[in-house]
Amino acid sequence: MSDHAAPTVKAPILRDGLRAAWPICVGYVPIGLAFGVLAQKAGLSALAVGLMSALVFAGSSQFIAVAMMGAGAGTASIVATTFAVNLRHLLMSSALSVHLKGVGRRWLTLFAYGITDESFALNLVRFREGGWDWRRALTVNHVTNAVWVASTVAGALGGALIPAHAFGIDYALMGMFLCLLVYQLRGRIYVLTALTAGATAVAMSLMIPGNSYIVAASVIAATAGLFIRRRWPGVARGKDAP
Amino acid sequence: MITQDYVLLCIGMGLVTYVPRWAPLVALSQRSLPRWLEEWLDLIPAAILSALILPALLTAGEPRQLSLWNNDLLAAVPVFLFALRTRSLGGTVVLGMALYWLAGKVLG
Repeated sequence: MSDHAAPTVKAPILRDGLRAAWPICVGYVPIGLAFGVLAQKAGLSALAVGLMSALVFAGSSQFIAVAMMGAGAGTASIVATTFAVNLRHLLMSSALSVHLKGVGRRWLTLFAYGITDESFALNLVRFREGGWDWRRALTVNHVTNAVWVASTVAGALGGALIPAHAFGIDYALMGMFLCLLVYQLRGRIYVLTALTAGATAVAMSLMIPGNSYIVAASVIAATAGLFIRRRWPGVARGKDAP
Repeated sequence: MITQDYVLLCIGMGLVTYVPRWAPLVALSQRSLPRWLEEWLDLIPAAILSALILPALLTAGEPRQLSLWNNDLLAAVPVFLFALRTRSLGGTVVLGMALYWLAGKVLG
């Protein structure tokens, strides 16, 4: 993972992007298929499924939207719920911005479309390791988007024919997240922040429905981490993390 | 058949999803940030990943309840240790899938 050559103009951007993106793609296929099957059962055509996937590109909110449509919810309440569910991207976009200094507005506009939990975590790790640039990150964003749109449409067309839960494929994204979390634990302060976030998120998720706990717990933990870093630099500087 | 209402719904959902993805990127990448904000943002990835992972492993059901014995969690422990040891993303993903599949076969 650490032996990337320095990026050059001629380096194969597409190849690097595809190589990095594969775990996300593998993870998106079963979820996309499941979404397509569900949406088709709720009365949406393959084209309608593709339209939503292309315009929204946010898995959990799409599942919620289809469930709400089935329950007869109105457009306004579905849009409001989508906003709440996807607000966490605000934090991810902020954290990514540090690595996208000087990139043109138009490219950023294109880049923003592909920011998901998965592409965010993967790209951020790559940026930090070095040998990564916004073009490769953009490739990851859009390759994963294409896989998402295609698998949701495939699910709507004939997903019921594909055996669900084959080969533990449902666990691909969890496996990826676990490894990306390990990459983030670069010192005591990160471990402490992650533990705080995890404990807060679990506690909050048991108390309140929905997924607002993700943003709340992350903000609380990062703020606490910053406080500790400032107050007790010695604790924070410990480099004896795994 | 796609109705006009459905198209409007998708556009609305798309807009409210896109703006939070776009605004910080454009607003923050064009200027230099205060030191504290950079340090704060530096801690965000570890926080978000943990906030995404732990509730998924430790809670189940609707409404959510604490669940300390489930296949997701059982697979996660060795997978996490493997990731710590090898730092291999591909290997972790494949091992995770294999162990989760195995857990499903053995434990149901």
